[in-house]
Amino acid sequence: MTDDGLPPQHDAVPSAIVQTFELTRRFGDLTAVDAVSLQVDAGEIFGLIGPNGAGKSTLIKMLTTLLPPSSGRALVAGFDLAQRPAEVRRRIGYVPQLLSADGELTGYENLLLSSRLYLLPGAEREQRISAALAMMGLSEVRDRLVRNYSGGMIRRLEIAQSTLHRPAIIFMDEPTEGLDPTARHAVWNHIRDLRRELSAAIIVTTHYMDEADVLCGRVALIDHGRIRTVGTPAELKAGVGLDATLDDVFEKLVGGNIETGGEYRDVRLSRRAVRERK
Amino acid sequence: MAITGYLIQVFAVADAEVRKLRHDPWELVSRGIQPLLWLVLFGEVMAQVRGLSPGNVPYLDFLAPGILAQSVLFVAIFYGISAIWERDLGVLHRYMVSPAPRSALVSGKALSSGVRALSQAVVVYICAAVMGVDLSFAPGDILAAILFIVLGAALFSTFSLIIACIVKTRERFMGIGQVLTMPIFFASNAIYPIDLMPHWLRAVSSSNPLTYEVDGLRTVMLTGGHSVYGLAHDFLALALVLALMIVIATRMYPRMTQ
Repeated sequence: MTDDGLPPQHDAVPSAIVQTFELTRRFGDLTAVDAVSLQVDAGEIFGLIGPNGAGKSTLIKMLTTLLPPSSGRALVAGFDLAQRPAEVRRRIGYVPQLLSADGELTGYENLLLSSRLYLLPGAEREQRISAALAMMGLSEVRDRLVRNYSGGMIRRLEIAQSTLHRPAIIFMDEPTEGLDPTARHAVWNHIRDLRRELSAAIIVTTHYMDEADVLCGRVALIDHGRIRTVGTPAELKAGVGLDATLDDVFEKLVGGNIETGGEYRDVRLSRRAVRERK
Repeated sequence: MAITGYLIQVFAVADAEVRKLRHDPWELVSRGIQPLLWLVLFGEVMAQVRGLSPGNVPYLDFLAPGILAQSVLFVAIFYGISAIWERDLGVLHRYMVSPAPRSALVSGKALSSGVRALSQAVVVYICAAVMGVDLSFAPGDILAAILFIVLGAALFSTFSLIIACIVKTRERFMGIGQVLTMPIFFASNAIYPIDLMPHWLRAVSSSNPLTYEVDGLRTVMLTGGHSVYGLAHDFLALALVLALMIVIATRMYPRMTQ
């Protein structure tokens, strides 16, 4: 404790909020996630970078209890994924790659649904919903049907609905996919605000290197289901050379440009997600 | 306390569906057209045939509850399409990562189908009254009718959800939905009494939940309606099958996001 009664900021030991041990998922012959062992600390923004089809979404689906692992185990917010999925769900927020806000409901109604599914105390519900809408800059469109929102507004609403219950960890799968540069920057700012306000850990998947660079404290490069390297963007770049970018790091480790990754199925999936968002 | 939470979650899912309906009430109008056509076109012609309905019950009186049950079935059996649509969009994922028990999600969806089906009841009641069917408006009978309609819609929509979990795509579902509707409808007492059927078909009808929904509705919708199987029997048959459907769907629903 310091003199003003607050805990010191710097010498606190970071505590793991997500730990995976040889986490693996196979689909038939394909090993989508291959013995991944990772640790993410409380309060950090952690990036999972890799081309489409690298296994990022499969890893996220396992960590959010949507998909059972083929082998290995993981602790999320202190609970074993396989044994206590309900406890894990209570403590996580998830912004999927696909559309998770319901277009046939208003922004307010989407949040009302979440507040009830997460059993927020009745007395606090309205106040928390209003605060979440205000924080995401959606107060003025709260009673408009979400199908009339822009792509950026939908993303912000989805972030609001995934954080209403104040999760200890938020998973965001390609949160800026299909957004224009202005909307992308707005989403980045909101992600940083969230981390500050909720002191939640945030795991972001992306195949945009600039996004990982400006947003993430640490990143893991993932390719063909395996983690290639983990570190701060600065560390990874320094390992490659002067003036290196994360793209260079990726090229050196994986041997290829990130943009060329992915197969027909992945391209189709991500395009469809973008189209339906509009 | 845990029960209260569970009910809040069931209600949350159902309430969201009802709100969608309020935003776009056209669905209700289109749902009402089919039973109306059946009563007016099919009913008026078949009423000329003697001996279709048992005893001295006019055929239209016999038919009206059957058409109500049938129109509820026709809509509920295609519920799976919207479940697949929700999966394709990603909306299902938000339900599946929430701490709500999977059975609460399934029950909420079932309940919302029940509430939606009540709009068809309103159409059938009005239409039947205009056509001179001897309807009972006693509060007890109306409440019982609501119960049977909600049970029937919940049962068949949950059955549809199970099919959706198996076939997984909208295209395949459309085909299956058509195939299922025919036998469930015709192998029941909806438009003719079971006594007219050959023995083997009678056995099929007796194990068809729609038969018990129709029997229940026929008892409570009509003045002096009487049940073939007994109201309690009808209710228990529907409730048990619904419970079984919910148990199966609860196990299968989470696989849709995998």
